Amino acid sequence: MMELVCPAGTPAALRAAVEAGAHAIYCGFADETNARNFPGLNFSREELAEGVAHAHARGAKVLVAINTFPRAGDQALWHSAVADAEAAGADAVILADIGLLAHAAEKHPNLRLHLSVQAAAANPDAINLYAESFGVRRVVLPRVLTVDEIAAINREIDVETEVFVFGGLCVMAEGRCALSSYATGKSPNMNGVCSPASHVAYAEVNGAQEARLGDFLIHRTPKGAVAPYPTLCKGCFTSPDAKGEVQTGHIFEDPASLDATRLIPALQKAGVTALKIEGRQRSRAYVAQVVRAFRAAVEAADRGQPMPEGLLAKLTEGQAATTGAYAKTWR
Amino acid sequence: MMRILSDPSVKVLGRSVPLPLPPMAPLSMLFSRLMRHVLQRHPSILRRMGATAGSRFLIDVTDMPFPMLLEPSLRRLTVTTRRNPPPHDTEIRGKLKSFLAMLHAEEDGDALFFSGELEIAGDTSSVVALRNALDDAEIDLTEELATLAGPAGPALRRMSALLERRTGLSLSRHRVQEDPEDFR
Amino acid sequence: MDLTVGSNAFFWTAETVRDFYDALATTPVSRVVIGEWVCSKRLPFWQDEIPGAVEALLAGGKEVAVTSLALITLKRERKQTDDLVAMGLPVEVNDLSALRHIPEGTPFWVGPMVNVYNEGTVNWLARRGATRICLPPELPLPAIATLAKAGAEAGVAVEVWAHGRAPLAISGRCYHARLTDRAKDSCQFVCGDDPDGRDVDTLDGHAFLTVNGVQTLGRAVTTVARQINALREAGVAALRLSPHVGDFVAVAEAYAARLAAPDGSGPDLVAELRRLMPGAEFCDGFVRGDVGSSFSGAAA
Repeated sequence: MMELVCPAGTPAALRAAVEAGAHAIYCGFADETNARNFPGLNFSREELAEGVAHAHARGAKVLVAINTFPRAGDQALWHSAVADAEAAGADAVILADIGLLAHAAEKHPNLRLHLSVQAAAANPDAINLYAESFGVRRVVLPRVLTVDEIAAINREIDVETEVFVFGGLCVMAEGRCALSSYATGKSPNMNGVCSPASHVAYAEVNGAQEARLGDFLIHRTPKGAVAPYPTLCKGCFTSPDAKGEVQTGHIFEDPASLDATRLIPALQKAGVTALKIEGRQRSRAYVAQVVRAFRAAVEAADRGQPMPEGLLAKLTEGQAATTGAYAKTWR
Repeated sequence: MMRILSDPSVKVLGRSVPLPLPPMAPLSMLFSRLMRHVLQRHPSILRRMGATAGSRFLIDVTDMPFPMLLEPSLRRLTVTTRRNPPPHDTEIRGKLKSFLAMLHAEEDGDALFFSGELEIAGDTSSVVALRNALDDAEIDLTEELATLAGPAGPALRRMSALLERRTGLSLSRHRVQEDPEDFR
Repeated sequence: MDLTVGSNAFFWTAETVRDFYDALATTPVSRVVIGEWVCSKRLPFWQDEIPGAVEALLAGGKEVAVTSLALITLKRERKQTDDLVAMGLPVEVNDLSALRHIPEGTPFWVGPMVNVYNEGTVNWLARRGATRICLPPELPLPAIATLAKAGAEAGVAVEVWAHGRAPLAISGRCYHARLTDRAKDSCQFVCGDDPDGRDVDTLDGHAFLTVNGVQTLGRAVTTVARQINALREAGVAALRLSPHVGDFVAVAEAYAARLAAPDGSGPDLVAELRRLMPGAEFCDGFVRGDVGSSFSGAAA
């Protein structure tokens, strides 16, 4: 059966994920070492150790994401996060930065290393480079590849692959995006945040709901309509072409989120080891519902049965779902 | 960056005039008592909220007669009025059903927000912190009230279960799997 | 501290490319990176200009490197990376996977699209053969200073993104094609209509971003004009200027003049840039550790 890797932003969400049938749970420390450094979220050292014990007692693994890029002059914070994750009994750490991978490979030779999606290793050369240089055992693939490309990659590498099947969708190559810091000064790579809540402001203007990120208007929706979170790349903008004709719309991506449920059999056939659910910033209610649905789906795939559909519509951002880059037309 | 939609404090000749005490002072005392009880039982809430615990949250349950002001670091939950709400940093508005479903993890807060069932204004980061801290605390409103009520607790639990069936509101935390040991 | 001209981000005609590098050969810059780093589909239209341009630049006394793509996914693109190595010039790695095509011990440069955020990464790249690293545009001055020092100790020259719209993101999806309701595979090379990228504004009419095929850049033109002395003190080896339409030679000359007058006795560089790039907004927020699109100078 494919391994189901599920998010936990809090110890309660970790327990909910285990209960709902997660094979593995990924989480991070409550600081800038992980890419979901949101207010009120994440684990203390003590909570992680308890979470690992809870998961292990029930046959589930815990993977610790330390997937931001260590700040120059301040690498010790990231180094101690790796050491503490190992001490807490984590089954693997999920890293993105070359310097941190080199450090972990040298100082923690028994710790299993996964390559974060934030490293955006999008071809066999990149994956083999990380595997040979640092002993990386699994790669989380960036969300820019088609299923066929994933199958081709798997034929040329001998490490495991993990792909996102549900949740928020980056339209840019992950870990290589500074849109958020351009608008707010805070970025995924440096601060572990994208379009941070601290810079979001909602206002009602002339009967419409406006959402701003920093100084920039990201979208404007009629009052009472569905109002997605103002993530920069899912905003509504205008753009004039060379002849001055103006297009208005979601220039980068519609405020949809990924749901690749129906592609699970194809991904299994493509040699994918693990399926990942995005959403460490979401509630334990989300975690429980999504994990339960996907556990049923991977079991069905394992038995060669058809995939259930549309179970999770309400949980997707803006309530529209897409299969993203996995279908080539997305590009 | 904080944007306050409207500053509701009443200013006369540059000086704040204290708002008239609503006639619900006893209710405020009761709510604050519940609040202190919850924070004592779940110390992680304030720890998780960090600096945002100092924010003032106007909680407007639209199908209740009055909104409430939540001040976590002061351990205070007071009843106020819609016409003259006190100064606040952030406002969360929605139906009782939505608040309770979110509190008891029957619905996902983000999903309620995306669908417009919950609305927020003001400092978004404090709302996110509060939501995350409460989500981790696994609060069960009936249990909080029952433990506060002491000897009247069992009666209160029965009443809550009855109310829950009658109204369809989520008044307590229902766990899907009681014993995860034999789940796998 | 000297000047590097980075590889051009935009889709220009072969003729424009030829004229651009001819003019650049006699401009006071020390080195030039040439090649396609945004979209491999553009390359057949102008790659025949590369040998002549390289020759002219070398004859003009410039160091020349050739860039890899910033996002390599297709088999054809991987093969192209081998061809770059065969050119015999240093390769500027802008997708880490290009390293697999560079034999151990062969010196290479690292471009701004590789995530170099800390000393550990500088050291690893130096051990692998990096001799020059252009840091990602979003790094603030204290990080730049730490990395310039680490680079100096490891024998790596450290550059910063000094002029031009900052590359903010790269995607599998082509936004130019999407804007004209086409898929990437049938784009009809529409990005060629916008030789400086296509404007993206907010709904309330503020200039925000620039799309350039699969790439997204800031709208404001980054300039470190007001931080040049600080960057020099930090030990930065070179400032990177990114090509734009207009009188780019004059822009490069203005930076060269500013470097030659460290006491600021020459003309004000920001004023010069405003004159040379009419209508442009400028920014320097990243280097100041602030909102990237913000500018320390007064608005025009």
